[in-house]
Amino acid sequence: MGIELHNITKHYRVGVEQIHALDGVNLRVGDNEYVAVMGTSGSGKSTLMNILGCLDRPTTGQYVLDGILTTRMGAGQLARVRNERIGFVFQSFELMPRLSALKNVELPLIYSRSGWLHRNRLAKAALDTVGLSDRMRHRPNQLSGGQKQRVAIARALVANPSILLADEPTGNLDSRTSDEILALFEALHNRGQTIIMVTHEADVARHAKRIIRMKDGKVLSDMPVEQDAVSHAAEASQ
Amino acid sequence: MIRLLILFYQSAILALGQVWTNKLRSLLTTLGIVIGVTSVSTIIAALAGLQKTVVDRLETFGTNNIFIYPDRPETGTKRRVTNNEIFFRPSDFDGILEHCPSLRCFGRMTFNRMNIQYGPHTEENVQLDGVEPAWHQVAKLPLLLGRPLSEIDNDLARPVCLVNSSLRDKLQLPRECVGTIIKVGSSRLMIIGVVADRPADLFEGGNSSNCECILPFKALYESEQSTSNGNLPFCMAQGVSNSPDVSDECKAEISFFLRQKRHLKVGEPNTFQVRYVGEFIDQFKQITTAITLVAAGIVGISLVVGGVGIMNIMLVSVSERTREIGLRKAVGARPGAILLQFLVEAIFLCMMGGFLGLVFAQGLTALMARLFALYLKDAYIPAWAVALSFGFCALVGLTFGMFPAIKAARLDPIEALRHE
Repeated sequence: MGIELHNITKHYRVGVEQIHALDGVNLRVGDNEYVAVMGTSGSGKSTLMNILGCLDRPTTGQYVLDGILTTRMGAGQLARVRNERIGFVFQSFELMPRLSALKNVELPLIYSRSGWLHRNRLAKAALDTVGLSDRMRHRPNQLSGGQKQRVAIARALVANPSILLADEPTGNLDSRTSDEILALFEALHNRGQTIIMVTHEADVARHAKRIIRMKDGKVLSDMPVEQDAVSHAAEASQ
Repeated sequence: MIRLLILFYQSAILALGQVWTNKLRSLLTTLGIVIGVTSVSTIIAALAGLQKTVVDRLETFGTNNIFIYPDRPETGTKRRVTNNEIFFRPSDFDGILEHCPSLRCFGRMTFNRMNIQYGPHTEENVQLDGVEPAWHQVAKLPLLLGRPLSEIDNDLARPVCLVNSSLRDKLQLPRECVGTIIKVGSSRLMIIGVVADRPADLFEGGNSSNCECILPFKALYESEQSTSNGNLPFCMAQGVSNSPDVSDECKAEISFFLRQKRHLKVGEPNTFQVRYVGEFIDQFKQITTAITLVAAGIVGISLVVGGVGIMNIMLVSVSERTREIGLRKAVGARPGAILLQFLVEAIFLCMMGGFLGLVFAQGLTALMARLFALYLKDAYIPAWAVALSFGFCALVGLTFGMFPAIKAARLDPIEALRHE
């Protein structure tokens, strides 16, 4: 199934100026791919993430997720797509401070048609996947940064989404914890999870299997990680 | 349907948690509602209590008691005539029982106040009731000693009287006082019996003395006539209809009879009033209902003010929790779910205020019932007032929570997640 983007553009109006945040992006991500999206700020990678995550709608173009055309959907339908098919991981975790880890992980299921009844069991299973079964009752302020991000990943996984979207998942973590999180992503990828990760750190991006580089709202390059390393090194040496 | 119930349940849990984590703030926010509900419920309780006390008291007269008294009309040619043309002559009532089949019994009455003396004891300004024997059936005061007034006492204007127990005590009459002579004004009357006091009068506050002396109508009327320089003494009548159901008919019969007696033409207003106790009860109920409505309306304004407080705090809450809203939306909350969450929270706050208000009102009502036991011993918050309070609170929450909830539901998830 996977993701298909056909000629996606996104225009903003800031005052009198038209900003082309995305300018004709075509992209196809298959099942069980592990993709890193790289680019400087202003390259359009955040806008791309928002559109991939159905948080935002493109100005023109078509976005097909799991064979469903999402471009014409209303806010309620998009919410359902996000709920059932997309898991978000944010740079600053976005955990609810007053809820326990378990309750945080249950959050997406509260809004789910099928998961509501089994939310407790599913949340425990998700926490188990990220190796935090022993921290279920803890609140976010009783957890370390890496543990917080793992709770957030468990939350993203709990509804069994088609794609896991991670926006700078290691941006707020030290290098050792970053490695932990990246190892977790690797493990999830090996289990069959599709992962798309936005980052500006080359070290982090290297863990993915495919790297998409963006610039000025366009896809600059899109190749497997080994090939990307070679071409990028060549580019850098020029 | 089930989906909606789940959503409601979920929102209720969230609202509860939110209120609980912001205990002090929630309490302060609902203060307006609390005060509003407390005051309206207490007022309703007080009026309900007052109504019950008064109606109970009026009912002890018997709802089929009928009063007939002279009354100058407000319109027509008779509105400026002298008392002599308005006041009843005792003969006006002659034959009334024969002409009014719904009237069971009937007696003329006149009143005065005089000093009463017994030995060294003087009681000043004692209420004198000149009554006919039927008075015993109308007033229903138990006879404690001696005998009731008889037709002969009245027809012959005998110098006899009944005293009530207050007067007996004040004058320090002997316990077996039948046959004792007391001086009423300038005449000497023999006591033939003792009646019980009337129940404490609601509207006199109990400060006037309850002393009462009952003597034959004719005796008192004639003594008043002799001192009134040709003016007619006051005379009224009290009767009892066959049953409360026919009080209305009875009133019509009496009015018809008296209009004929007084030769009133068609279209001319009555120069008298015929009222029965049931009417007073209805009138009193109307008055208390009107006061209740007015009070509820005024307090309703304070609830609206409370509602503005709720709206304010909900707006603060929405802006504080922008990131939370963004996250909820990102993980799949529909706008409707967010709307409901904040709406339920606002309604919950208001209902909690309503509940607190009712608790306070219950306390105040109990206090009132104790402090003003004479009037308000039966004060209670009626079930409809409880339902109304909750209903109105829910409505206030819905109304004033709507705007903040819509604001939350419309937030753009990307913007919300970026919010600091």
